Formats: sequence, C-alpha cells, structure tokens
Amino acid sequence: MTLYVNGIGTLGPGLAGWVGSQAVLRGEVLLCDASPPEPIASVLPPNERRRSSESVRWAVHVAQEAVQQAEADAREVASVFASSEGETDVMDRLCAALAMPQRMISPTLFHHSVHNAASGYWGIATGSQQSSTALACYDSSFCAALIEAAAYAQIEEQPVLLVAYDLPPPPPLYAARPLHGGFAVALLLTQTPDPHNLAHLDLTLTNDLSEDTTSMDDARLEALRNGNQAARSLPLLAAIARQRDALIHLEYLENQHLLIQVLPCQSCTRPLSAN
Amino acid sequence: MDAIPDDPLDRWHAASLNRQGVARAMAPLILNRYTTVSAVGKGLDETYRALWLRRSGLRPCDFEDVGITTYIGRVDDIEQVPVGGGSVQAQFEQFDCRSNRLALLTLQQDGFIQAAIEARERYGAHRVAVILGSSTSGVLETEHAYRRRDPATGALPPMYLTTHRYTHNMFSPAHFVRTYLGLQGPAMVISTACSSSTKAFATAARFIEAGWCDAAVVGGVDSLCLTILYGFASLELMSSSPCRPCDKDRDGLTLGESAGFALLEKAEHAGRPGAVALLGYGESCDGYHMSRPHPQGTGAIKAMQAALLRSRLTPEDIDYIHLHGSATRANDKIEDHAVNVVFGPSTPCSSTKGWTGHTLGAAGATGTVIAAMCLTRSFVPGTLNTTRIDPSLRSHVLLENRAQPVRRVLSNSFGFGGNNYSLIFGTL
Repeated sequence: MTLYVNGIGTLGPGLAGWVGSQAVLRGEVLLCDASPPEPIASVLPPNERRRSSESVRWAVHVAQEAVQQAEADAREVASVFASSEGETDVMDRLCAALAMPQRMISPTLFHHSVHNAASGYWGIATGSQQSSTALACYDSSFCAALIEAAAYAQIEEQPVLLVAYDLPPPPPLYAARPLHGGFAVALLLTQTPDPHNLAHLDLTLTNDLSEDTTSMDDARLEALRNGNQAARSLPLLAAIARQRDALIHLEYLENQHLLIQVLPCQSCTRPLSAN
Repeated sequence: MDAIPDDPLDRWHAASLNRQGVARAMAPLILNRYTTVSAVGKGLDETYRALWLRRSGLRPCDFEDVGITTYIGRVDDIEQVPVGGGSVQAQFEQFDCRSNRLALLTLQQDGFIQAAIEARERYGAHRVAVILGSSTSGVLETEHAYRRRDPATGALPPMYLTTHRYTHNMFSPAHFVRTYLGLQGPAMVISTACSSSTKAFATAARFIEAGWCDAAVVGGVDSLCLTILYGFASLELMSSSPCRPCDKDRDGLTLGESAGFALLEKAEHAGRPGAVALLGYGESCDGYHMSRPHPQGTGAIKAMQAALLRSRLTPEDIDYIHLHGSATRANDKIEDHAVNVVFGPSTPCSSTKGWTGHTLGAAGATGTVIAAMCLTRSFVPGTLNTTRIDPSLRSHVLLENRAQPVRRVLSNSFGFGGNNYSLIFGTL
C-alpha cells in the first residue's frame, strides 16, 4: 500500500520539532538531555488550551506542526489519533476522587477523561468535520495507526493526519506502566504524488518474523524507542531524515511485522523494488 | 457546469456530493455470525424476546455501593463467571475483569466462538483482524485499586500492577478476544467514546477492502463502572427514572453495559441469499464541543448522507432508522433535526435505549445486532418507556413495535468529542 509523507511534527526530549530533529536522527548531532519544551499548540483557543490536558497539548502541537509543514488545510484532512495510555493524568485524578467517601468528580474532568480527548480538541480547534478516530494498541499503537491511516487514505482518497502520543503516567499509575519519556509524532499522509512529498512509503504486512525489528543506533534514541509506543516511529523518521532508501521492520503486536519501504522524495517517481 | 443527471438516484447523490465531498461506493460485507449480551438478555433469542415482548432490562441502580438515584442496565451473572475459571482457561486469568467477563459471556452465545475458529481455519489466523470499540475498557479495576493504595506510600497493590495491561489498558478487550480466539491478524481498540463500536465497523470494512485482512471480528464491549456513573451524574445528563427517548418529558439517559460481536467477511466467501450485510458507513466530526452536539446537527447529517452515498441508496430505500436516541434533551432534539433533513418526516425510527440503557462504546455493536434482527425476524422495535412524543420532534418516531418486512436499516451512534457515525445494513 502506497503513501506519501507531506509533513512531520515531533515533540520529545531533544527532538522538539522536525526541523531541529533531523540532524539528531541523521546521527550528526547527539541527542541532548534537555527536557522537551512545553507544547505551544497555538491552534487551541485560549479557553480550550487552559482546560486541556498536557497530553492533548502534546498531540495538538505536533498535529499543527505537520499540517503547517505540508501547507494543508486541516478542515480537509481526516485524522487518526493513537495512544496506548490516553489521559492518565485525568484518570489518576478521577480514580483518586472516586476512592474518597463523597465521590465528587468535576464534569469537566469527566469529559476530558475520554481516550478521544485529543481528537475532539483538534476538531474544535480547527473546525474540521472530517472523520477522526482514536485508537489504542498498547506498544503497537503507532503501527496500528499507520495501518489505519494507510487504509483510510487509499479507500477514502483523502489526506490523513496521523498523531501518536504518550506521556509518562503520574504516580501511582506510573508503576503499572513505566513509560520513561514523553513523545509525540504527527505525519501528514496522502495518496497523491505532489511537490510537497517528503517521502514515499510502501507498506506490507508479513508474518515472517525472521528479521529483527529495526532499532536505532544511538543508545539514547533506542531507549526512547523502546520506552514509548509513539517513539516506535523513530526508525521511520530517521530514514526520512537521511533521505536514503530504507526498509523498516516495525513490530505489529507479537505476530506480524509491518514492512515500510522508504524512498526519499527525489526518487518518488522511480519504480519501487519488489517486496 | 455539470449536466443535471436524469436518474433520481444520481440526482440525489450529485446534490449530496456538492454538500459533503466524496464517499466511494463499497461492496457489501457479510455479518456471517453476530451476537450480543445486554441487560435484556444473552444472545439473539433472549434479546429478540425482550424486544418483542417489550420487557425492559433497566432496574433501580444496584451496582456495587453506588449511591445515585437512577436506573441501570446491568447484566446478571457477570460476577459469577470469572475469565480463567477452570484448568483449560487458566491461561486467560490475567485478563479477568468485568469488561472481559462480559466479552467472554458474549463470545459464548450463538456459536460465535465456533464461527471465529472456522474463519481462522479458512483464512489463516494472521488474516483475521480484531477491531473492537470501548470507551472505558477495564477502568473498574483501577477504581478498586485506588481504594487499596498503600497508606504510607500511595502505591497501588502489586497484583494490580501486573494485570493493568490486561484489564484497564484500552487495548485489553481486543487483546483478550484475539488471544481467546487464537487470532493473529491486525487488531486495535477504537475509543471514540459512545460511538466507538460503530466506528469499529467502518475501520474493519476498510481493512478488508484494503487487503490488510480477509475477515474481522468487529464489535465492542463496555461494562458498568464508577467513572461513568458518577461522571454522567456530574454532567446532570442522567435520568432518575428509566430513560424515555424522544418523550416530551425526557430528562436524561440511563446507563447500561453490553457487548456485541460480528464476524465480517466478503460476500464472495460468505454471501448467501438472506445474509445480513453491512452496505455502507458514514463518519464525521462536529468540530464544535467536547460534550455537546452541534446545534444544527451538521456532523450527524453528514454521517447519514455519507452512509447512503457509500451504499448507493437513497433515503427512500431505508425502512427503519435505529436512533442513537440517548434520551438527553439535546441529543434527541438534534438527532431528530438531522434525521429530518436527510429523510424527511416519514421514515420510521426509534430508540432501543429504554430496553438496554445507553451502553456507551458498545451501543453501536448492540445496535448493529438489533438492526440485523430487524432484517431477519421482520420487525421494528418501538420506543420503550416513552408515553408522549415530544411535539417539537418532526421525525416519525415509533412508540409501538411493528411486525413488517425490513430490507434496509440505518443505525446511528454519536459520541463525546463530537463524532458521528452511521451504518446501513441490509439483506442480500
């Protein structure tokens, strides 16, 4: 299945923004330890921004970056939001309140607890009425989102914004799901070759697991990749940053691999090698 | 300027296309097996009997120690059937929680497990997907664990920490179902609040058409929990009596729990005369508010029109509309408006929430099974508990059940975050 990447957004430790992240992903600059900057997500109206959770702002921030980079109109783009853990900050506060005798919970907190909070806020911020989904597939959430986005783009013939994000849960939930670093990535994907294409992807599912999944050479990037489902996108992002042909093996649950043949934009018109 | 098409179908589609963009036609997909469990019964026969005899599953709230004056649609016996009970089942023990018990109880109805195994053998385990919807997964486990936090450190109980992935994590229902059925294809849980399992059908249809899989176990599960009961109470959207969809005096929803599954396959493999098929789906967002529907219902209108376009049907082809019909003041008013814009005032419609309660992320799956039974058992349910239809509503809301042939049903689901989905089912 063929897809083109037209825009990328990233937010993570030392990986704030696609422009600044490319040198790190190419291995030219070491990943620095700096904490990631606060998400700006300026597309959110001030009231919504104030009410939104941190994970919503991370998701919206990278979504906005990818759409701007692709020079796309958010109102014309469908979206796929993927998170393993969702709104853990909100769930922590709700469960703590429900453990008290009076069980008083705030209505705002309740409607922010839904897994599709980021998807909902993106719609409110952009006024988009296009289809939007919110999915979960544990450590394969990014992979599941890529498969869903590819199917959507192919069948509905419409551009799709993929957003994968997860933040470390607050204590005590952290002990149940110790995600070490926050990471968010957005990809603006289309079916059509055009001058905005950054890369050409060809996706195939296989149940041949004889090859290892593609890892990162740098130990710290590899730790990030292992520690957060959204960062499973790093080998794909690195291949795009290097502007070289690459074949990425992405684990899809324990039974399948998603093979991603990456061709840089200059070679988009070349025929794909068979795989 | 384009020529005006002669054919009324083309004319209607051309007019709709101008309003809302492209929706490609889809090939019908067969619901080779389907089943549901809700407060009205376990499996097709019990569910049909309750619908036909107008026996509601709602009862005064007796869930745990919840002190809210309301009714609920609780499924009996979940407490007595742990996942992992018995030596053969011990490998599934880590998945044990209320929502997975409800999922298992539902898999056990109407030969669903056998049908899934046959699909696995026919296509290969990695070619059968599991696409389920849920809004809260096993959050009840986390609610309980928070009461048992260590008083000194605040730490959650060690047992909870090891099972979190298999119970509360949002992927848990699909993880459990695919493990239980021995499937290895693509899987995910879709969590778009109250429309989750309706969305799952659209995603599964795309997966089959795009070639990611040959068949899919599609559906949803949502079980009662404190978050939902106290959450909807805080929003003041819950009735203190059994919900009365479309009633002049309706005062909110009644919460319930349910699960529903369908085995979705291509017509070339599973098609036979009389088989129930998914003919179309429509998806949209309001882009308006997190918990309030768009005042003009533009998203809902768009979803219903897209489902018609995709199935290449006109509004006149739809015999019955299974409403989202949650019984809140706002939903029923705006859904009525949207139905009117697309269908006018004569297409019969009703809400079955008076039987099952609003089962949130599973409502679409249970609604799908009810729609399928309308087709195969030639009836249309009315609207239970409602005595006087809101005179401001213009759609043709049915109060009484009808025995009549039904060829096409449209079913709606709307959710928090402002997402709207419509499905159309028919018989081959």
